[in-house]
Amino acid sequence: MNPYITYAIYAVLSAAVLVGLYMQSRVKSAVAGNLLCVGAMIAAIVVTFITNSANIWFVLVAVAVGTVVGLVWAKKVKMIEMPQMVGMLNGIGGLASAMVGAIELMRVESSAFANVTAALALVIGGVTFAGSLIAALKLARKIDTRPKRIPGYSVISIALIILMIGSCVLAGIGGFNLIACIVGAVSSLAFGWVFAMRVGGADMPVAISLLNSLSGVAGAIAGMAISNILLVSIGGIVGSSGLLLTNIMCRAMNRKLSDVLLGSTAKPQEKTPEAPVAEAAPVEEAQEEEEVEEDNFKLTDAKDVIIVPGYGMALSQAQHKVRELTERLEKNGARVRFAIHPVAGRMPGHMNVLLCEADIDYDYLYELDAINDDFANTDAVIVVGASDVMNPAAREAEGTPIYGMPILNVDQAKHIIVCNFDLKPGYAGVENPIYTRKHGIRLLLGDAKDSLDILVREF
Amino acid sequence: MDIHPLILVGVFVAASVLGYIIIKKVPSLLHTPLMSGMNALSGITILGAMIAAAATEIPGGIVLFIVALLAAALAAVNVVGGFAVTHRMLMMFSNKKNNGEEK
Repeated sequence: MNPYITYAIYAVLSAAVLVGLYMQSRVKSAVAGNLLCVGAMIAAIVVTFITNSANIWFVLVAVAVGTVVGLVWAKKVKMIEMPQMVGMLNGIGGLASAMVGAIELMRVESSAFANVTAALALVIGGVTFAGSLIAALKLARKIDTRPKRIPGYSVISIALIILMIGSCVLAGIGGFNLIACIVGAVSSLAFGWVFAMRVGGADMPVAISLLNSLSGVAGAIAGMAISNILLVSIGGIVGSSGLLLTNIMCRAMNRKLSDVLLGSTAKPQEKTPEAPVAEAAPVEEAQEEEEVEEDNFKLTDAKDVIIVPGYGMALSQAQHKVRELTERLEKNGARVRFAIHPVAGRMPGHMNVLLCEADIDYDYLYELDAINDDFANTDAVIVVGASDVMNPAAREAEGTPIYGMPILNVDQAKHIIVCNFDLKPGYAGVENPIYTRKHGIRLLLGDAKDSLDILVREF
Repeated sequence: MDIHPLILVGVFVAASVLGYIIIKKVPSLLHTPLMSGMNALSGITILGAMIAAAATEIPGGIVLFIVALLAAALAAVNVVGGFAVTHRMLMMFSNKKNNGEEK
C-alpha cells in the first residue's frame, strides 16, 4: 500500500478515537462514542493485517482465541466485579506491550532508538502488568487490602528504578540485549509489585487509573520501537487522557499524585486511636438496642432524605431494594437524593453504574460538592454499606490513610440510619466515630438487603 | 520502512496533548465506563504484536514468534473484553434514559 494512503488512514483513525473519547465523556453520546472506538480499532487491525500479511493465519487464530476469551469473560462478569475486571484487563494489555518490547529487544538488527524504546516498552509494560495484577487481587480481596509497609521501601524502589533505567541504557549501547531484557523484566515486575502493595485504602482507584494510563504509554512506546505511527498516536491519546482522569480523581480526594506515587499517603497505622476499637466491639450489641430506643425518629416522618451508598450496597446487591425504599419514601411525600462520593465503591462512578442498573434516574444523584451543605438540614440520612466516605476521622485524625480526603458530612445530620454489614472499619481500615455517637443514630447491621427491607416495611 | 525517531516522538507528543484536552469535563457518572473504554483502547498494542509476528522468520525465531502470537491473543482479550464491558455498562445508562423519557 502507498505509505501516504496508510498515513492518511492512520490520521483518520486517530481522529476517530479522539472523537470517540470525547463522545464518551458525555452521557448522551457515550454509547455511540464507544462504538466509534470499536470501529476505529477494527479498522486499525484490518489495515495492519493488510500491510503485514506474513504469517497471517497464525496471527488470525491467535486474535480469534483472544476475542472469544474476551467476549465470554465480559459476558460472565458481574457488575460488582467490574473494578477487578478492568484491573485484570489492564494488566493483560500491559503484559502484551511488555512482550512486544521483549521481542523487539531480542531482534538482532535494530537501531539504538529501537532498542531503547523496546526496553522502555518492556519496563513500562512490566510495571503495568504486575501493578494491575496486585491491584485486581486487592480489589477482589484475594490479598490483604491494607497498604503493606515494606521495610526499606524507598531504597528498594529507587534501586529498582535505577535497574529499570539501566536496562534501557544497556539496550541503547547494544550487544547486551539479553541481559537488558532480563534485568528490565525482573526489575519492572518487582517495582510494579512493590508499588501496588504499598497502595491501599482510598488510593486504589487512583492507582488503577494511573496504571491504565501507563498501559497506554507502554503501547505508544512499543509503537516507537516497531515504527508504527498509529500505535504511537492512539497509545499517546490513551496515556494522556488516562493521566487526566487520574488527576480528576486525585483532586476529588484532595491528594497529590506525587503522594500516591511515593507512597507517602499510607502513613503507619499506629496513630489510629486504638481505644475506640476495644470500646466498640463488646458494647456493640447493647448499644444497638439502646440507640434504637433512644432515637425514636420514624422514617415515615421524614420529608427530606439523603441516601449514601457505598461498596456494601454493591456487595449485597441491594440497589434494587434501595430503589424500592426510594419509591416508598417518595409516595410518602419525601424528597430523596443520593449523595455520591467521588470514590464510593471501588472505582469512580461505581455507584452510578449500580444505581443505574436498578433504574434510579441520574437526576437523583448528587456529587459531593453539590450536596454536602445539605446534610445538616435534611431530616434523615440512610447509609447503605459506606464507611470511609463519611468518616469524620478524615477531618481530624492526622496520620490515618484517609486524612485530608473530602468526606460527605453525614455526621452533621440529625438522624442517621446505618445499614452496614458490621461496624468494622471500611476499606481504608480506619475506625468510624459515627457508629459510636450518642444520639440520632440507628444501626441496622447485617445484609443491607434485609436491613432495607425492615425500613421498607415501616411504610 | 523505518520512520525517523523524531517523527515518532512528535506524533506521541501531539497525540498526548490532544488526548489531554479532549476530556475536559467528565461527569463522575461516566468515570468507570470511560476508564474501561480507555483500557480497551490501550489494547491497541495488539498492532505491535501482529507486526512483530509478521516480521518474524518462523524457522529462525520460533520462540519470538510464539511470544508474539501470545501477545496478540492477550491484547485481543484486552481489546474485546474492554469494549464489551464498556458497552454493557453504557447500555444500562441509555436504557435508563429511554425509560425516563417514556414516563
